[in-house]
This record gives sequence, C-alpha cells and structure tokens, in this order.
Amino acid sequence: MKKRAMRLAVVWAALLSLAGCSKPADPGAPTSGAATPTSAAAGGTLNIVWAQWDPAKYLQQLVNDYTKETGVTVKVHEIPWPQFQQKVFVSLSAHQDTYDIIVGDSQWLGRASENGHYVELTDWMKEKLDLDSFYAPALEGYGEYPKGSKKYWAVPCEADATGFCYRKDLFEDPNEKAAFKAKYGRDLAVPKTWQELYEIAEFFNRPDRNLYGVALFLGKAYDSVTMGFQQVMWCYGGSYGDPQTFQVEGLLNGPESVTALDFYSRLARFTPPGSLDFYFERCLAAYQNGLVAMAMNYFAFFPGLTNQETNPRFYDKTGYFVSPAGPKGHFVSLGGQGMSISAYSKQQEQAKQFLEWFAKEEVQRKWAELGGYTCNKKILESETFRTATPFNAAFADSLPLVRDFWAVPEYNQLLDSCQKHWNAAVAGIEEPKAALDATAKEHAAIFQKAGRAKQATAGSGRS
Amino acid sequence: MGNAPDPPAPFPLPSHPGGGDSPLPPRGGGARGGRSRRGLSDRQITNLFLLPTLLLLIAMNLFPLFWSLYLSFCDYHADRNQPAQWIGTANYAALLASPEKWRYFTQTATFVLLAVSIEFVAGFGLALLFHRKFRAQGLLTTLILLPMMLSPVVVGLFWQLIFDPKRGIFNYLLGLGSTVWLQDPGRAMLSLVLIDAWMWSPFVMLIALAGLSAVPEYLYEAAAVDRASAWFRFRYITLPMVAPLLLIALIFRTMDAFKVFDLVWATTSGGPSDLTETVSTSLYRIAFESFDTGQACAFGYIILVVIIALTNLYLRFMARVKGEA
Repeated sequence: MKKRAMRLAVVWAALLSLAGCSKPADPGAPTSGAATPTSAAAGGTLNIVWAQWDPAKYLQQLVNDYTKETGVTVKVHEIPWPQFQQKVFVSLSAHQDTYDIIVGDSQWLGRASENGHYVELTDWMKEKLDLDSFYAPALEGYGEYPKGSKKYWAVPCEADATGFCYRKDLFEDPNEKAAFKAKYGRDLAVPKTWQELYEIAEFFNRPDRNLYGVALFLGKAYDSVTMGFQQVMWCYGGSYGDPQTFQVEGLLNGPESVTALDFYSRLARFTPPGSLDFYFERCLAAYQNGLVAMAMNYFAFFPGLTNQETNPRFYDKTGYFVSPAGPKGHFVSLGGQGMSISAYSKQQEQAKQFLEWFAKEEVQRKWAELGGYTCNKKILESETFRTATPFNAAFADSLPLVRDFWAVPEYNQLLDSCQKHWNAAVAGIEEPKAALDATAKEHAAIFQKAGRAKQATAGSGRS
Repeated sequence: MGNAPDPPAPFPLPSHPGGGDSPLPPRGGGARGGRSRRGLSDRQITNLFLLPTLLLLIAMNLFPLFWSLYLSFCDYHADRNQPAQWIGTANYAALLASPEKWRYFTQTATFVLLAVSIEFVAGFGLALLFHRKFRAQGLLTTLILLPMMLSPVVVGLFWQLIFDPKRGIFNYLLGLGSTVWLQDPGRAMLSLVLIDAWMWSPFVMLIALAGLSAVPEYLYEAAAVDRASAWFRFRYITLPMVAPLLLIALIFRTMDAFKVFDLVWATTSGGPSDLTETVSTSLYRIAFESFDTGQACAFGYIILVVIIALTNLYLRFMARVKGEA
C-alpha cells in the first residue's frame, strides 16, 4: 500500500512539476499568454503599446492624471524600435488581447484596418470628438484610411516630421561666414533649398579635421533611407505612383525621381565614414559627437539635443530648420503615430473613454508641455507653442508640408524594395536610374499580385 | 525457455507485518508481466513518465512540423483573418525561380565556407598550442572561450563599435585610418566572417582539445623511437585520431553558420543593399515583415533540405574517415 502511494505521489509530483512550469492561476494575469502586460479585462488596466523612445515616457507621465481621475491604471509598454512592428503584428495576428491601445505608425493603417486588427472609430470619433480640433494633415496622416475616405481608425497622438539640426557655432562663426561667402557668393545661412544644403554640407565637409557636412538617413534598417530620400524625391517632382490607379512605372522611376536619387547619393558623400547604416540614433550620435555640421532627424528626437546631460557639447549651440524645398515643391516626410484600439481588446469601451480623455484640449496642452507633439490645431498654431522650445517653430512650419509613404497592407513589401535599392544607390552599388527602375518594377509586381493595380478608386496614401 | 519454476529465495524474507505477504512484488509473473496485484506496473509507470514529454513533443515539434509543411503549399498570411488556400507547389516554384533567393543562398554559402574554414584552422591551431602544458594555461583557455559564451546580438553590437571607422579600436590597432568595414559593399561580408570566426573558433578549439587529449601517448613514444619527424607524427598520428571529433565540430559549425541570423541582423541588417542578406534573414523578412506565412514555410523547408543534405555529406565523409582511422 505504501509503495503504491509512493508511486502515485511520484507520478503526481512529476505531473505537477510540469504544470508548475507555468505560473499559478492569477486573476490579474494576462489571458493571452504574453509575459508582461496585465490583462485589461481582469484588473481595470489599460495597456498601451508604443515604441521605446522619449514620447512613450512622456505618455506614461501624462496618463497618471487619467488614473487619478478615473481609477483606471494605464500602462505604456515600450518595445525597441527594431522589434516594434514585428512584435505588435505578431500579437495582433495571434488575436491576443495583450494590448488595448496601439500607438502605431501611419503606414500600418491599411494593413491593420483591412485585416481587421483595428477597431473602426469613424462614427465614434464623429460623435465624441471635435474632429476640427485636430490639425487636418495629422488627422488624415495618422487616422484616415483609405485617404480621402473619411474613415478613421486612429486618434492622432504624436505628430512628427523630419527636420534638421545644425551647429550654430559654425554657422555664426565670422571666419566661416566670410569663407563661405567667398566660395559660394552668398551668405552662410540656414538652407532654404536642397541645393543650398548641398553647398553647406560640401563647405563643412573636412575629413582631415574630423568634421563632415551632414548626417542623413541612409540605412537599411526599417524605413531609414526611404524616409530620408522620399522627401527629396517629392521636392524634385517625383512620386511613388498614382494613388488612384496604383500605376508606378514612369512615375517612381521618372526623370524627376532619378535626378532626386542622384542628388541624394551625391549628398551622401558629405556624410561621415560608415554612415550607410545611419538612422535616427546614429544621426543623433554623430551630431552630439561633433562629427557633422548638420543632421537630419525626426523632431521627436530634438528635445534630447537641448538637454545638457545628453548633449553636453552643443546643447546651447544648436539651431533647427525645416527640411529644405526643391525645384518642384516643398515636402517633408511624415513621422509620428496615431492611437488605435485593438480589435482583440476586451476593454474597447474603456479604451475609447481613454482616447476621448486624451483628445481633450487641456490634456493635449499638458501633453505638449511634457514634450509630446500634440496634433491639436489650436495649440500647434499658438505662439506659446512656437516659442516653447527652440525647435517648435520649425516643427509647426513643417507639419503643413508632410507627406507619407503608401499605407496599403502591402506597405512592408514596398518598403523592403525601396530600402534595398535606395540603400544600394547611396552606397554606389546601383546607379540611381537602375535602382529606381528595379524599385518600380517590384512595386508594380506587388500591386499586381495584391490585385490593386486594377483598382481605380480608393486612394491609399499621398504619394 | 518454458515456464521454469521459481528458484528458492537465497535469503528468507521477513514476514510482512500486515499479513504474511512479502512487501516485494511477486516474482516471475508480477515484475516481468508488468502488473502488481493492485498498483501500476513498471511499464505503465514508465509510460506515464514518458507521456507528458511525448505530448509536449507532439504539440511543440511534430504538429508544427506537419502543419507548416501543409502551409507551405498554401497561400496563407498569418496577419490576415483569412483561411489558408491550397495552391500546390506555387510557393516552392516562386522561391526556386527567384534569382534573388539563389543569390542569398550563394551569399550564405560564401559566409559558411569562409567562416567555418577560418574557425577550423584557427580553432585547431589554438588547440595544438593549448595542448601543451604552460603557466596560466587554464586562465588563458577560459579567456579564449569567452566569446562563444556571449550572445550573438551582444557580440554584434560590440563589433559595431570595434569596427567603427572613426572611433573603433580595429582601425586604430591596425593603423587603417577611417577604413569602413560593416557598411562597405566590399568588406561587409568579410567583416561578418571575421566576427563569426572570432566568436566560434574557441568552440572548434574545445572539441579539438578533447580529441588531442584522447590520443594515446604511447603512439608518440613509438614514433619517437622510430625517429619520426614532427610532420609525420602530426600527419599520421594526431590528425587521423582527432579527425572524427573535428568533423563533428565541422558539422555543428556548418549547420550553425548556415542559419546565421542574429549576428547579421545586429550588425548589417543584410546591408549594404542586400549584400550580406542570408537565407535566414530573408526568411525572417518573408515571415515577420511581409507575413507571407505560406511562402516562409516553403522557404524554411528548402533550407531544411539543404542542411540535411549537407549534414549527410559530412556524415558519409566522417564514416569514411573513421573507417580509415
């Protein structure tokens, strides 16, 4: 009898130890199996997911007020940028309720809405929010899909655009100014056009003194070189294609785009050695280390440059300007994200209540004070906002100029093609014309496979 | 054999306090037949212990294996709320007809060939050095083994700094000025090979050291008596005796290098352009960026077949080497 009891005990111990590999049942534990976030349904906690960067930290500070007002805890989960997209879409594909609110990139709208991952917010937004309070390009860029359809999937959260920072100590140095005027026949000043920027980059490019003209988005990772180059392409009159017919050939690889890519590749010669993998972090680091006279970046990263701790050498010597214009127009790459509700969230009503709270003017004002880039039109256009930081004026001037990449569900394949060929062009591996021809061919094939090339109705991005 | 009567017990067993039954299971029919009168038999207990593992194996390995095989014949995107649609061999045909994918296979093969060759030579050379007794041998061996204990992502980030054209120690030590490594189209692959060799040569050294320690000393003594040269001793004693273990190291390293992902992702992301794109990074893009799950499964199976074929070649070669040894 004892022996039998012992055997049974051993068997049960083995089974229990296997079962014990997972945590014991916890009413607050996530139902999805995800390790970190607490289920919204269980504990009155809203889980927001965003990329790992400063605005996410500002948001976590902001939502403490919401907790005080409503008693609902809001957690902002940060995912490092390189894994952000993959982790969110893996979670959505598995229909997990890990995240209630997703602060996603503008390009995700098509993919997430057409595949049923985001809750459509059109009627709710029209009823509960004052849509006119949002800055129109931000509402369109971060919330609307298809473009022009007035269908909304996200509440604008963090507005952003690409801009430039520059070394005021160099630009204002009398000797530099005189030398520049002698060489180019004009005053050294913040560039208004890409050609002017080229000349300034050329002027300050002094490898023997460990100084280079400019840091640009050139990298292969995520959307780096695409975000850097596309604005030049638009400024030179190029285009991704026709958003109505999805015709690409002749537009993406048209002469304007080729001229633009040729220009961008030549401009890349004035970047520091090894800059072919530069994106926002490395551009920022190059600037902070005094390697470059000017650096491209998203405005959302500029608060770090005014901080003495993070930018001890140039925190008080840095100026900011809007990305320059080109011969055929003035456009800037759109950054930033909107807040969408996961279709798999068990607390969609609570999530909507949070979005309603977030869109209030007084909350948006505090959001801007904390360092977030509000999409509230009134605040953005106020003089208080423009003068609040050294870069806010340039940011406010950039927003009317923003354009975005395709937002169709196939955007990732389209992006992959751009990244590969445009990185090859700036690296000198492919000629600009060949790189754009290859990109156009691949984009056309992607649209063809997706059945979009035949459509002639819905727009999918201001391309 | 028949049913022989049970032999008498060598020692008389004490009576069971509860009644006169022995506490041991009945001999013959009891133990061998696998069932005690009221309890579970040994066989049943064995099965019971194996059952959870088997269930886990089926759930975690076998089911995904067959399910992914099925998906490889389907048009299926994991991020779309649509069922898989059977399309036959279209995914395989598209992949095998893609010059780009063949180029990634070639690039991966180049990486494997270069990295494993360097690791093989450097690792074996180090093993020959460290096979001799010298002061601080243990400490030095530990230090040399450190790289293979690090995460490839961490190693990748370290080497990004080491290879930095302006501030990196690599250029500084070799006096190469501002030479660009990881971002240069001509040097990016070579840089990856160097990093991988730095990381994994110690692994080959470890295996080779184990092989060298197993070579009987008397063989060298006999060779010394015959006044055999150092080369002769190496060629006809050391190498044949260590070869089987070296081949095992070679198999492990080849398979591992063939599926290199994290190192490439952390250092070059497959760039510049796609010059350092390997089959694994390409597979990752199909699976988790494009979410073309069906095609990713097909690509995974193509890679699996290549690895199995390579391993079989090695195993045959190893069998031949063992036969010769």
